[in-house]
Amino acid sequence: MSTISTSRRMNATPLLQLEHISLSFKGVKAITDISFSVNEGEICALIGPNGAGKSSLLNVINGVYQPDQGTICYAGASRHRMRPHDAAVQGIARTFQNIALFKGMSVLDNVLTGRNLHQRSSWVEQAFNVGRAPDEATEQRRKAEQVIEFLRIQPWRHQLVGNLPYGLQKRVELARALAAEPRLLLLDEPMAGMNRQEKDDMSRFILDTQREFGTTIVLIEHDIGVVMNLSQHVVVLDYGKKIGDGTPEQVRVNPDVIAAYLGTTH
Amino acid sequence: MSFFFEVLLGGLLAGVMYSLIAIGFVLIYKASGVFNFAQGSMVLFAALTFVSLLERSVPFWGAFVFTLLIMLVLAWAIERFVLRQLVNRPPITLFMATLGLSYIIEGLAQAVWGAQVHGLDLGVSDEPFELGGMLLSQFDLFAAAVAGTLVVLLSLLFNKTRTGIALRAVADDQLAALAVGIRLHRLWLIVWAVAGVVGLVAGLLWGARLGVQFSLSLIVLKALPVLIIGGFTSIGGAIVGGLIIGASEKLAEVFIGPIIGGGIENWFPYVLAMLFLLVRPAGLFGERAIERV
Repeated sequence: MSTISTSRRMNATPLLQLEHISLSFKGVKAITDISFSVNEGEICALIGPNGAGKSSLLNVINGVYQPDQGTICYAGASRHRMRPHDAAVQGIARTFQNIALFKGMSVLDNVLTGRNLHQRSSWVEQAFNVGRAPDEATEQRRKAEQVIEFLRIQPWRHQLVGNLPYGLQKRVELARALAAEPRLLLLDEPMAGMNRQEKDDMSRFILDTQREFGTTIVLIEHDIGVVMNLSQHVVVLDYGKKIGDGTPEQVRVNPDVIAAYLGTTH
Repeated sequence: MSFFFEVLLGGLLAGVMYSLIAIGFVLIYKASGVFNFAQGSMVLFAALTFVSLLERSVPFWGAFVFTLLIMLVLAWAIERFVLRQLVNRPPITLFMATLGLSYIIEGLAQAVWGAQVHGLDLGVSDEPFELGGMLLSQFDLFAAAVAGTLVVLLSLLFNKTRTGIALRAVADDQLAALAVGIRLHRLWLIVWAVAGVVGLVAGLLWGARLGVQFSLSLIVLKALPVLIIGGFTSIGGAIVGGLIIGASEKLAEVFIGPIIGGGIENWFPYVLAMLFLLVRPAGLFGERAIERV
């Protein structure tokens, strides 16, 4: 196992720390004793062959799955498990491997649901459009439009999401996550099924997100080229175990990683 | 001509009664994408509880408030012990759960209150009175006023607030809704509680008309054509659908009935619903399903 370079962690504080996380489904081990940390403001890529436990790990981080063992330390607080709602409240937003958009709603409405937790006005105020409600509605709309503009999906804002092509749906899902103004963004294969041009666009949006908003990003990606360009930190999983952890350069020369990806030479 | 209008108006007012039942379905359909088979049992349960309390000489409003509380507790229990276990399961699983619930609630009603038929008097007379040469039922007008009030309240609650958008989100994708921080459990609780309250109101009005008996839970079947015509996801649609069913079945009975031997009131709504399915499967106001293939 490669050692984490000390220089990388010196002046950065970890936002997320996973400690000895294990997860199994009916006796089948999906994740075995995984520990790693993600620094505030970095892009961390989870890579590994299919079935390595990457998505499961993401699901543990935002509380969809409950780990058998281990603790999750996020923003200074340590816990055994997250709940999806708590995760959202604490600023963790995510996208899903098989796009989980509200297909019967417009692009704008989908992005607005991402603003859900930034609403303060009460039901009564909203029902009669009094008090905080009118200003808040305007403000929510403005923030949603900002995100839509940021991801260049203005032309489709009033279209139903279910009618959009795949690549655009991926972008709308990112927009919905960004609308929440997250501190930690989890992206499960944001570039799956995309062509080169679309992947470049998506990489650009992810980098811009990190730069403009300082968002910490954990993403799963299969395209090694994209991963090496995009991330400052790479964690490699294989059969539910961590086999590599470090900068892209360190991971690239890690013999365990090479073996997992290319097969061992005998 | 005035006879035509009398039949039409009588039909419209009767239709409001169908709408009342249909609204309960719409709420739960909006929030989980399933037809709540237990709605009829909830109507029966509420009416039976209310009437049994009245018969034990509880005053009218006391019985009403107590039944209301019971319906809220029922909603809480359903969310806590049934729905919560079924998050992120396919709609057919939820549908089967409501089917099971309908038997449990009906059995519960029978176990607690017995199976005999009760009369219910709400203190609103069912005597017809004359207005501009037409005979109108006072009770029907009362029911229409109650339904109208309910619709306005529900529209304010579900269309003007963020609950509306959250409901659509939850019905579309529960996992994603949780991930953006929508309180799925609370939303389900609210929707079932409101459906229970609507069930109570419908149960009182229908119970006053037909007597409180177990066949009350079968009015579920009368709500189906209303929902197909109005659309499963629209409260306004449930009202319009109810009016269309009410008016058309009465008109058909009076004007077409004699030609083909009468008794068509009972099946006419279903024929109408089938025609709608052919022409406009999502109903008048329902959301059209989108599917990319």
